[in-house]
Amino acid sequence: MDLSAINPILLIASLMVAATPLLFAAIGELVVEKAGVLNLGVEGMMIIGAIAGFATAVESGSPLLGFVAAAVAGAVLSVLFAILTQFAQANQVASGLSLTLFGLGFSALLGQNYVGIKPPQMEKLDIPLLSDLPVVGPILFGHDVMLYVAIVLIAAVWAVIKFTRAGLVLRAVGENHDAAHALGYKVVKIRILAILFGGACAGLGGAYISLIRVPQWTEGMTAGIGWIALALVVFASWKPWRVLLGAYLFGGVTVVQLNLQAAGVAIPVEYLAMSPYLITILVLVILSADKSSAPAALGRNFHASR
Amino acid sequence: MIRLEKRPQPSRAWSLATPLVAVLATMVAGGLLFAVLGKDPLEAIRTIFWEPLFGEFAFYYRPQLLVKGAPLVLIAIGLSLGFKAGIWNIGAEGQYIMGALFGAGVGLAFYPHEAWYIFPLMVIAGGFGGWVWAMIPAYLKTRFGTNEILVSLMLVYVAEQFLASMALGLMKNPEGFGFPGSRNLQQYESAYNADLIAGSGMHWGVVAALIAVIFAYVLLNRHMVGYHIRLTGEAPRAAKFAGVNPTRLILFCLGTSGILAGLAGLFEVSGPSGQVSIDFNVGYGFTAIIVAFLGRLHPVGILLAGGLMALTYIGGDIAQANLQLPSSAIQVFQGMLLFFLLAFDLLTNFRLSFGKPEVA
Repeated sequence: MDLSAINPILLIASLMVAATPLLFAAIGELVVEKAGVLNLGVEGMMIIGAIAGFATAVESGSPLLGFVAAAVAGAVLSVLFAILTQFAQANQVASGLSLTLFGLGFSALLGQNYVGIKPPQMEKLDIPLLSDLPVVGPILFGHDVMLYVAIVLIAAVWAVIKFTRAGLVLRAVGENHDAAHALGYKVVKIRILAILFGGACAGLGGAYISLIRVPQWTEGMTAGIGWIALALVVFASWKPWRVLLGAYLFGGVTVVQLNLQAAGVAIPVEYLAMSPYLITILVLVILSADKSSAPAALGRNFHASR
Repeated sequence: MIRLEKRPQPSRAWSLATPLVAVLATMVAGGLLFAVLGKDPLEAIRTIFWEPLFGEFAFYYRPQLLVKGAPLVLIAIGLSLGFKAGIWNIGAEGQYIMGALFGAGVGLAFYPHEAWYIFPLMVIAGGFGGWVWAMIPAYLKTRFGTNEILVSLMLVYVAEQFLASMALGLMKNPEGFGFPGSRNLQQYESAYNADLIAGSGMHWGVVAALIAVIFAYVLLNRHMVGYHIRLTGEAPRAAKFAGVNPTRLILFCLGTSGILAGLAGLFEVSGPSGQVSIDFNVGYGFTAIIVAFLGRLHPVGILLAGGLMALTYIGGDIAQANLQLPSSAIQVFQGMLLFFLLAFDLLTNFRLSFGKPEVA
C-alpha cells in the first residue's frame, strides 16, 4: 500500500470530473421536483443520453454534437414520462420505473455496435497563463467545457428559481397545483416543460459519463448514478447550490475509493466499491428528518376536473 | 374535442381488459421494433410467444416456463402487497441476492455432510437473508422517515458487490482450480433443490410460488392486515382514522416482500443456477415489478403475468438463437409492456368523452 502515490491536486481535479454527471442529472431533477413531479426515470434517461451522445460523437467526430444529441435523446424519452403522468394520469413512481427499465434495455440495443470503440476526445480548456498556474491551474482551468456548463447551469437554475417570475410560477405549481390552476397557470404545460428540461439534463449527464469520464460505451454503464442524483436532490433540500456541494462530496467519495483501490489498501475492492452507495444511504438518513423543504405537491397528479 | 372525465368508480371491465390490450399493443410495437432491426416481425412474435409452448422443442421449453416463472411470481407477490399500500420496495433484486447468499452459505457450511434437515435450514436462511436486507429500508423509513425507494435501490448495488466478494472470496470453491464461483449445489444432494418430478421443472420454488399466491389472496380478501393494506393505498386518511398503524404496515409489507424475494434467490441458487457466481442475478427483481403491475397487483393476475413474462424470457432466448435477435431487444419489449399498461390504465379510471363539454 502506498498512499503517497495519490496526488491531491489530481484527486481534486478528477473529483470535479466524477461529480459532473451527477450535477447535470440532479439539477434537472431538481427543477422537475420543484414543479411537483417525481421522475424516477433519471437512470433511464441518463443511459439513453450516454449512448445517443456516444454514437453521435463517434459518427460525426464531434463531441459537442454528441452532447446536443444526448440532451435531445433524454428529452425525447422524458416525453414518454410526460404523456404517462400528465395525460394518462399514471402513477409517477411506476411511470418513472418503466422509463428506467425501458431505457436500460433500449440503450443496450442501440449500443451493441459501439462496444470497445474510443470516442473523439473533447478538448480541455487551455487558457495561457491561467491553466499553467500551479495547483489552481489544473483544478480550476484545466477541464473540458461541459464541466463549466454544468456549474453555470446550477447558477442559472438558482437565479431563475429565486429571482424570476417563471421561477415563482414553477414553485407555485409544485407547492399547490390546485391554487396555481385557479390562478390561471397552465399546470400541465409547465410540468411538461420541467420534465423536458429534466430529461435533457439527465441526457447531458449520461453523455458526460460515456464521452468524458470513462470514455467508452458499456451496457448499464451509469451504474446507479441516476439514482444517486435522485438522492442528491433530497440531500440538497431542493436548493441548487447544495446540489453542487453534494455532487462534489459524492464525486470525492467515488474518486477516493478508486484511488484507494489503485493504491492497494487492505480493504477488498468490493467493499470499497460499495462505499458510494452506503454513504448515499447514510446521508439520506441524516437529512430525511427534515421534510419541510420538499415541494408540497411532489408526486401528486393533477387533473382539472372542470 | 376529446376530454377526460373521471369515473365515479374504476371500471372493472377495463381493469381486466387493460393488461390484454397492453400485451397486444406491445406485440404491435415490438413487431415494428423487430422490423426496424431487420427481422420478420411475425416470425419474431411467433417465435417468442408460440415456439416455447407449442413448437417442435416445446417439451424442452415448457419446464423452463416454471423455472423462470416461479421466482418472478414469488417476488412480484411480495412487491404487490407493498405497492398496494404505497410502499415502494424496488430493491427486490438485492433481497434476491442476499437470500441466495444466506441460503447457499448455510448449505456450503454443512458440506459434505448429508442430512435431511440441511435444505429446510437453507430455506429458512434464504428467507431470513431477504428479510434482513428489506428490513434496512423498512427500519430507516419507520425510524427516520428515509425514502424507501432510494434506500432499497442503493442496497441492490451493495448486494451485487457483496455477491462478487463472496463468489471470489469466502464462498469460492476450494476445488475449483481458482475459477470464481462456489461449489455446485446440484452435486450436493442434501442441498439440491431438485425437480420434484424429474424433468418437469417443478422444483420447490414453484410450490412456494403457488403457496404465496394463495397466501396473498387469502390475506388480501379475508384478513384484517390485507384490508389495512388496501385501505392505506386507496384512502390514506381514512386508514389513519381507522387506526391503521403505518409503522407495522411498512415493516410487514417490506418484510414479506424481502422474505419472498430471498426465498426466490435461495431456490434459484440451490436449483437451476446451482452455484454462487458473480453474474448470478439476472434482473428477476426488476422484471418482477413489471409482473406485479401487469397482474394488476392481484395474486391470480400476478400468476398469469409471471407466466407471460417467463414466456418472453424463453421466447427471447429462442429468438436470439434462431433469428439472431439481440438479447436486449427482449428487455425493451418488457419495458414497453409496462409503458402501454400504464398508458391504457387511463381507461380504468377515466372515461373519454367526445364533443363539446356540456354546461352543468
